[in-house]
Amino acid sequence: MAELIAKSPCEGLLPFSTGSADLTELWPDHMTLIAPYKGKDIAAAAALKSAHGLDLPLPGQSSGDAEARVIWFSRGQSLLIGPKADASLEGAAAVTDLTDGWSVVELKGKGIADVLARLSPMDFRLSQFPTGKSARTELKHMMASITRTGDAAFQIMVFRSMAATLVHDLKTAMEAVAARG
Amino acid sequence: MRITCPICGERDMREFTYRGAALPTPPLEADVETWVDHVHLRENAAGVLRELWQHTMGCGAWLVVTRNTITHEILDVVLAEEAGIGIPVAEEQP
Ligand SMILES: [Zn+2]
Repeated sequence: MAELIAKSPCEGLLPFSTGSADLTELWPDHMTLIAPYKGKDIAAAAALKSAHGLDLPLPGQSSGDAEARVIWFSRGQSLLIGPKADASLEGAAAVTDLTDGWSVVELKGKGIADVLARLSPMDFRLSQFPTGKSARTELKHMMASITRTGDAAFQIMVFRSMAATLVHDLKTAMEAVAARG
Repeated sequence: MRITCPICGERDMREFTYRGAALPTPPLEADVETWVDHVHLRENAAGVLRELWQHTMGCGAWLVVTRNTITHEILDVVLAEEAGIGIPVAEEQP
């Protein structure tokens, strides 16, 4: 039996740095979609809280940290990133493993809102997009999920099949912003 | 043009996909002429129209957008499921 070696979505493409901003890949152990059944939002929120200590996010929000994070992921859906989803969620929500479906990168440093402004119509200025805020939006024609995870840090996700395009577009925008000084 | 999604807030038009006129769906048992009209015939008026848009790059919700095609003014945006245009569902017998 051949020994299979798992490759991350951005294998061989990252990290990348311009000196002022850094782009790295995050490769979470688990990513799980949590879609509460009709009328079960409160039960799903309670299950998430007791199993993982996290608050089910309102639209456009997220909670948690790098170890265990849950982000609003579109209408009626949240994404648990990090831990394996507890079985207790399954009574209140449709629970779907998406671990291999999305690529996740982190953009950190100076000028990161300017980088995103070149790629997305959303207003990512740090004054308008506070830490914890999360949005589904367009990033260079790709459907993306973007979450502000720190003072100068964004988590950016697109479908795994678009990982190379994501890295290319982010690198190009980072170089252009860095060139302006 | 910007559309205020009831779930996501004000967003650029690039995030949305046009899905056609927002017309009430005829009853499933309606005759063929009614369905032909529903599928093919439009007034195409210059002015205020009700349109279906989907927030495809955002939350995915279907919206009924009331829009003035002369001025491009957006007059109203509601979730399609709350706009009463779906197929009438027969009340379940108790
Ligand atoms: Zn939306």
